[in-house]
Amino acid sequence: MREIAFLLNGEPVELCDVPVTRTLLDWLREDRGLTGTKEGCNEGDCGACTVMVSDGSGTRTLNSCILFLPQLHGKAVRTVEGVSGPDGSLHPVQQAMVRHHGSQCGFCTPGFVVSMACAHKNGMHDFDVQLAGNLCRCTGYAPIVRAAEDAASEPVPDWIAEDGTLPAAFATASDGGVSGIAPESADELAALYVAHPDAVLVAGATDVGLAVTKALQEPERFLFLGGIQDLNAIDVGPKAVRIGAMATLSEIGDAIADLHPSLGELIRRFGSVQVRNAATIGGNIANGSPVGDLPPALIALGARLHLRRGNDRRDLPLEDFFLDYGVQDRAPGEFVEAVSFPRQTDRLRCYKLSKRFDQDISAVCGCFSIRVRNGRVNEARVAFGGMAAIPTRARHVENALSGQEWSETAIRAARDAWGQDFTPLTDLRASTAYRLDSARNMLTRAFLDDQGTDTNVLEVAP
Amino acid sequence: MSVGTPLPHDAAILHVTGAAHYVDDVPVPEGTLSLAFGISSMAHGRITGMELGEVRAAAGTVAVLTASDLPFANDVSPSVHDEPLLADGKVHYLGQPLFLVAADTHLAARKAARLGKIGYEELPAILSIDDALAAGSRFEEGPRVYLKGDVEAALAAAEHVVEGSIEIGAQEHFYLEGHAALALPQDSGDMIVHCSSQHPSEIQHKVADALGVPMHAVQVVVRRMGGGFGGKESQANAVAVACAVAARATGRPCKMRYDRDDDFMITGKRHDFRIDYLAGFDDSGRLAVVDFTQYCRCGWAQDLSLPVADRAMLHADNAYRLPTARITSHRLKTNTQSATAFRGFGGPQGMVGIERVIDHVAHQLGMDPLDVRRINFYAAANKASSGNGTPARNPAEGTPQTTPYHMPVEDFVLHDMVEELEETSDYHARRAAIAEWNSANSVLKKGIALTPVKFGISFTLTHLNQAGALVHVYHDGSIHMNHGGTEMGQGLFQKVAQVAASSFCVPLECVKVTATDTGKVPNTSATAASSGSDINGMAVKAACDQIRERMSAHLAETRQIKPQDVNFRAGRVQAGADEMSFAEAARECYEGRVSLSATGFYQTPRIQWDRIRGKGRPFYYFAYGAAVSEIVLDTLTGENRILRTDILHDAGSSLNPAIDIGQIEGGYVQGAGWLTMEELVWDSNGRLLTHAPSTYKIPACSDRPDVFNVSLWSKGRNAAETIHRSKAVGEPPLMLGISALFALSDAVASCGSAYPALGAPATPERLLNAVNRVRTP
Repeated sequence: MREIAFLLNGEPVELCDVPVTRTLLDWLREDRGLTGTKEGCNEGDCGACTVMVSDGSGTRTLNSCILFLPQLHGKAVRTVEGVSGPDGSLHPVQQAMVRHHGSQCGFCTPGFVVSMACAHKNGMHDFDVQLAGNLCRCTGYAPIVRAAEDAASEPVPDWIAEDGTLPAAFATASDGGVSGIAPESADELAALYVAHPDAVLVAGATDVGLAVTKALQEPERFLFLGGIQDLNAIDVGPKAVRIGAMATLSEIGDAIADLHPSLGELIRRFGSVQVRNAATIGGNIANGSPVGDLPPALIALGARLHLRRGNDRRDLPLEDFFLDYGVQDRAPGEFVEAVSFPRQTDRLRCYKLSKRFDQDISAVCGCFSIRVRNGRVNEARVAFGGMAAIPTRARHVENALSGQEWSETAIRAARDAWGQDFTPLTDLRASTAYRLDSARNMLTRAFLDDQGTDTNVLEVAP
Repeated sequence: MSVGTPLPHDAAILHVTGAAHYVDDVPVPEGTLSLAFGISSMAHGRITGMELGEVRAAAGTVAVLTASDLPFANDVSPSVHDEPLLADGKVHYLGQPLFLVAADTHLAARKAARLGKIGYEELPAILSIDDALAAGSRFEEGPRVYLKGDVEAALAAAEHVVEGSIEIGAQEHFYLEGHAALALPQDSGDMIVHCSSQHPSEIQHKVADALGVPMHAVQVVVRRMGGGFGGKESQANAVAVACAVAARATGRPCKMRYDRDDDFMITGKRHDFRIDYLAGFDDSGRLAVVDFTQYCRCGWAQDLSLPVADRAMLHADNAYRLPTARITSHRLKTNTQSATAFRGFGGPQGMVGIERVIDHVAHQLGMDPLDVRRINFYAAANKASSGNGTPARNPAEGTPQTTPYHMPVEDFVLHDMVEELEETSDYHARRAAIAEWNSANSVLKKGIALTPVKFGISFTLTHLNQAGALVHVYHDGSIHMNHGGTEMGQGLFQKVAQVAASSFCVPLECVKVTATDTGKVPNTSATAASSGSDINGMAVKAACDQIRERMSAHLAETRQIKPQDVNFRAGRVQAGADEMSFAEAARECYEGRVSLSATGFYQTPRIQWDRIRGKGRPFYYFAYGAAVSEIVLDTLTGENRILRTDILHDAGSSLNPAIDIGQIEGGYVQGAGWLTMEELVWDSNGRLLTHAPSTYKIPACSDRPDVFNVSLWSKGRNAAETIHRSKAVGEPPLMLGISALFALSDAVASCGSAYPALGAPATPERLLNAVNRVRTP
């Protein structure tokens, strides 16, 4: 018996024997008749399916189209139907959306309303960030932001506030739920994964979700990692920072932004709020994507990857984990336990280049950690995403810079090294020439940043 | 008077609570099947075999249909019957529907649809404009040409000439609600179809043809769309017809919605263009002649490409008087999705062409492009004549000023509007400040541009300029209304409800507009060409006026007074000495056996157009607007951002200023998105690589301008006799986004001396290339 229990708009729900890849969106719309939550893209890129999910650690938005039912066990889910009060009274953000003409066709509106209600509950006022994962094709966003601003000072309605405290008895009522496929500790995962090395690991499902909803794959076995209690710690120690594999991008952004502001900014532009609330560092690394944004930054920080298989543990420099397109140095049954990197004076500069600033996959993601002593480069760690089949260090560039005066002359002198490091592809995001050009120019930008020259269009005020 | 009031959208509360039903939200009868298309994986080829055994055997499959299973018309074309619902022998693009699966669930249908084994004999695929030109692959026998004056002589006589070319990319509609339909079989072979379509009458027609029944056997209902933008004018046909034929074949209700990727792969987009130009001008920047050649990539089927290409020609002048002009238009047939209607319908592409010419001329002369724009504006409307028959005269010619298609321009108001916008946006001071800022910043560069819009209002296929309405007044005083227009978010229902409420002088709450229904109002035109409120508002008013006249006549007769002494005011009716509520008046009329139901009809006056000769008056009037955009560009990567936009737009006497402002804000962002970040990429096999929001980027929240000032022109009043003197506002604001492209061009130009010759979409890559170009002497 696989039981999944959660609160839906304040009411307990228990499900038995649902297919583990049933998405919350399909279940809401097809089984529960809650059609307010919309399917816009079925891949987590438009936000029309946004729901609010609460547990002991708070309330966050998630894309229900790539959220499998087992991931909800023990949590409280609130859909647009539950944003209004039980007596039908409108939430302040709903009232403001009407008042400010924030809906036109109305199809994206439920998702916006949920994102707005969640930001409202959490007291977040950076609406460009909070709403980056919700696409609207009609309004041009201006009235929606006006509505969000207008509602910000209104109190959080009772029915929204109470989701934060799930009845303890309820959360454990079904005794762990989805038994056998939802380990609750790293040890349990280690054992299960050795026994079933062909299982697909589901952390936040922002990538695996698409394998199901778009590629229509039907893997034999999934292991849902969301209930694991000891894999998500972020430990900022005196010597090193160690991040558990199940830490979400949102959590990492919060923990790291002060240490490495440029990485904090990169994470702010990673996916959207909904995606960052689900996606984990372990997933971002283990899926081996050539355009994952964390690996180049972590490689530039000198990160090591901590792997575990059964009770065997090993670690290696992160850049050595990526062997070739779709191939990583990971044995069957072995999983990412953590990533760590040394505490260091911040020299990290991360530059993400994409057609759109928010929620876009990088054409090029360049990360630089260039240490200068007495005007000369004494250590250069340069790593890129989008420039090769795997996240890659620019070793020729690093060598060309090392020991040189940190200057535009040295950057010019390193020009040919780029071609030795990279022969990037032309694809839908960028051409070979542009990738090389902009990658080179990112080094110039890193230098100019050091000189205090303004190089960031996001920092220019009107 | 509810007309002119900034009321919220009629469904706003339903939107924000999630209660608004779209097609896929309609509760369906038990046993309803879900459909999916199996689609072509080759751009051009002969089908040598379709092995569908696995499809039929897949879990949940109930039926599989191919072209040979269709007993009647296999055609979903809106124009020339060249678009089979299911491929018949040949495939013409990668993504073309080949077979139709009906299954128990949406997911089962999608899974089964991928199991088809299709054999092809590959044929050479014509993908690009150049491919099509080389192969002579085109619609119509040759290019269309509009001609005014002697182009060669004018070019020879011109003091200066510029020559150039601009590529303008396509655009995916990305309505948030993908295509969807639901067909419910009725007794006696009738079919009810719910669909997300801008054109219910066409759906009715295509479904009837596909079922081999008269149109009266098909009822099409459209309550609302989750966005349309032109993408649901003809492209909804396939989904609706598929549901109807599958429902007929299985005897069960059938529903279909495209998964987003399928929607991208199957349906048409905005036409991409290349426009070559040769322009002659004098030292002051005044254009003497422009010779445009427009190459328009239409895709595999004709669809609406001819009128789209026509409208591009019709907007090749934008706001500028071209004394001599030639516009040559090639409508090229390619093995790609059949390009279709998209907000502006070719007008935006034509307009980008002339704005590029202006920008290029200004660069060559070292002038502010705004000065070149202004000197070339049409002459201002003669205020006394107000667009009713006395065209503004061009002083130099002493004859009426005309467009390149010989239509007099009588209502030109951009001189006043642009002057006002220059002041409110502080254009000149900011331009100077930007020059200073740019000289102090080596990496980041700012740019600014003010571009105008003059957009022709009417369907260029003249017979489409008609509309009908059906209005009932019930004896409790409530009013129920239908009209031929469809609601896709543009607020049409609310606007026409305001018209009706104003006609009877009752509060808006008395009026209800229900779903667009071919059984209520027949033979309707697509809700398109920005015409929705113009023509449906007039039809509604005509119906209301009839009922009001009947009520007045009855109330007057029973009191022995003149009908004109019956007054409707503030929800009440005054008849001589008697004063009563509107409901009481309705009750009295009902008891007096007065018909309280009427149909209304409207046909747009004054238009006549010969599209082959390129002569006549295709438009009832023009809508105007202007925008100033300021951007900042990173010359290391090409990344950029819109900092500030100021817009002044002419919505005439607005029916609903809040809705109109919403159209303008949204139109601007959509237009700027088209010309900057939205890029459709096909590979060398004709496969669309950007087929989901992960790869195709429409503007997100933070992409709107930081400062976004949008105003309706307070002096706006339509010179033409439109509904309450309002102006159409659906499409024109999209073209305000052109200012963003030319602001980027301005920033690039500041990097060097050569002309940027920036193409669209101006992605970071195109921008960096342009920066490199102008820096290279």
